Amino acid sequence: MKILVTVKEVAEAADDFEIEGDDIAERYLEYDLNEWDDYAVEAAVQLQEAGEDVETVSVTIGPERSEETIRMALAKGIDRAVRVWDDDIAGADLDVAARARLLAAVAEEEEPDLILTGVQANDTGFGATGVALAEELGYEWAAVVNHLDMEAGDPAAAVRRELEGGVEELTEVDLPAVLTIQTGINEPRYASLRGIRRAQSKEIAPKALSDLGVDESVIDSPIRRTAMYEPETESDATYFEGDPEDQASELADLLREKGVAQ
Amino acid sequence: MSDGDVLAVADHRRGDLRDVSFQLLTAGRELADDLGGDLHVAVISGDVDSFADQLAREGVDTIHTVSEGEEFNHDVYVQAVEALFDELAPTALLAPNSVNGLDYVPAVATRLDVPLTTDAVDLTYDESLEVTREMYGSKVETTVEVTATPFAVSIRGGEWPAAEPGGDAEIESFPFDVDESEIGSRVTGFEEVGGGDVDIGDAEFLVSIGRGIEEEENLDLIRDLVDATDATLSSSRPIVDNGWLPKNRQVGQSGKQVTPDVYLAIGISGAVQHVAGMKGSDTIVAINTDPNAPIFDIADYGVVGDLFDVVPALIDEFGG
Ligand SMILES: Cc1cc2nc3c(=O)[nH]c(=O)nc-3n(C[C@H](O)[C@H](O)[C@H](O)COP(=O)(O)OP(=O)(O)OC[C@H]3O[C@@H](n4cnc5c(N)ncnc54)[C@H](O)[C@@H]3O)c2cc1C
Ligand SMILES: Nc1ncnc2c1ncn2[C@@H]1O[C@H](COP(=O)(O)O)[C@@H](O)[C@H]1O
Repeated sequence: MKILVTVKEVAEAADDFEIEGDDIAERYLEYDLNEWDDYAVEAAVQLQEAGEDVETVSVTIGPERSEETIRMALAKGIDRAVRVWDDDIAGADLDVAARARLLAAVAEEEEPDLILTGVQANDTGFGATGVALAEELGYEWAAVVNHLDMEAGDPAAAVRRELEGGVEELTEVDLPAVLTIQTGINEPRYASLRGIRRAQSKEIAPKALSDLGVDESVIDSPIRRTAMYEPETESDATYFEGDPEDQASELADLLREKGVAQ
Repeated sequence: MSDGDVLAVADHRRGDLRDVSFQLLTAGRELADDLGGDLHVAVISGDVDSFADQLAREGVDTIHTVSEGEEFNHDVYVQAVEALFDELAPTALLAPNSVNGLDYVPAVATRLDVPLTTDAVDLTYDESLEVTREMYGSKVETTVEVTATPFAVSIRGGEWPAAEPGGDAEIESFPFDVDESEIGSRVTGFEEVGGGDVDIGDAEFLVSIGRGIEEEENLDLIRDLVDATDATLSSSRPIVDNGWLPKNRQVGQSGKQVTPDVYLAIGISGAVQHVAGMKGSDTIVAINTDPNAPIFDIADYGVVGDLFDVVPALIDEFGG
């Protein structure tokens, strides 16, 4: 069995930041593996450990910088990685459809039985790539999966989809399938020193549009971000100022006044 | 090509329309006005006749019922929406950004080859579509321009008011035969999770802890505060994901909805899925090191500060 895991390096904004043009200025951004993808990686590695002949491959669309993040996945046990990037992609504002098509091109080469993605990328928060990828490939899928029950070779996966309000849907999904993985499905491991050392020699295969046989038009998108701004605060909060003792004292007064603490 | 019509697909679960479906009608009407078209509403699976009666509200022109199956199945939804789209040729496809929305909207958009923007908090159309959406964990808002038609958009719950009852919508049954060979997923049941020792929904005073606590050991500090103030302990999702607290303590979209007299959020950023579970609290207080944390937008009282300084001082205040 082969499992493909999509991983994205996401940017997180510092507490204080400035916006330049239509994005937060680079110096205020820190990069890390997307939280949801960390759980997807763990799910893949667990299936690999539980089965025989399970190969795990990660794929990312990202610049050279993202190799650091990809190595994290390799250090946790993913066998090898593919990184899609070239100058055309670098200059584009990739929408869901473009990302799904690029990832689909890799999946068509790899022919995995199972693809695991995160529910959402925490920076842009589209929450759509996995399901779009499934449709692009003609795979089945399930979104927001917080429990996965299957063994290598099974024709279908038994999953739980986490709905709103503490309700879970039990669903059977025929393979091949894409599952979008929700946080909490497992406990992502830390990379061991041995894992980190071994990751150094694992392959990260670079792929350009031309390597994937994908036409440039795929990345033309009618969706464009035109502005970014700090939302006008709707806050009419009263702030408790001073040192922590002063703040605590005012907060304590408030709690007493509201009658919830004595 | 298309004449400015909007096709909005309602959301329901286990026999009830979800609140966001009524908000969808408002968003759909506004967009249809911008586009100069009609608002068509589709409701698929379940007791569609009863759903249609409830959806026949102010601003809706036509409701199309698709009587096929009981519960949500994404394969059925994808096929039905595709058929409706082919029949009606709308300019816009609109749906809630709910968990079920996440499960079929990207597939429909892909199949129809229309551009998709998700989790919209505002929408206007004036020669092109302008979508307002958040990024970086609600720290910033962005404007996204969509220059092609038709297009698909999913909307965030709680951003538009529910449409008023009334109006004179026509209700039509949409003839549709599902292609069974294309159904590759089967819902086998539902389960309620998160029962257990306490019901945080009953508490008057919730002390709620988030990822700002950093380590499991540090939870003892919060437990001391809870003891000193006789509060009930709840949390944001990462604390439960880490296994530090049981699921019945989680506040939010996928946890509990709570409405205590006082909700004290400590080290919680205020992500939309968290806020969905606690915005109805009478008084909201937030302690956070980040003055820009979105939680302050809905807080009545704020403490910008380090919880490891403020919480011990607060415990002292109550003689803990
Ligand atoms: C489908 C779906 C469903 C979800 N359902 C839920 C749900 O039900 N409930 C839920 O909570 N989330 C839910 N989430 C997750 C949500 O998107 C956020 O990831 C989560 O709420 C973040 O939790 P947090 O605020 O504790 O952590 P973070 O966003 O990491 O915030 C931590 C905060 O702590 C502050 N901080 C750090 N150190 C300190 C300190 N020393 N003192 C004071 N403050 C400090 C930081 O400034 C920051 O604001 C869901 C997500 C998805 C996609
Ligand atoms: N650039 C990318 N490279 C690889 N995977 C991605 C990329 N963007 C999104 N994904 C995957 O799709 C999931 C959902 O992302 P999104 O739809 O952008 O919120 C993420 O958790 C990733 O697994």
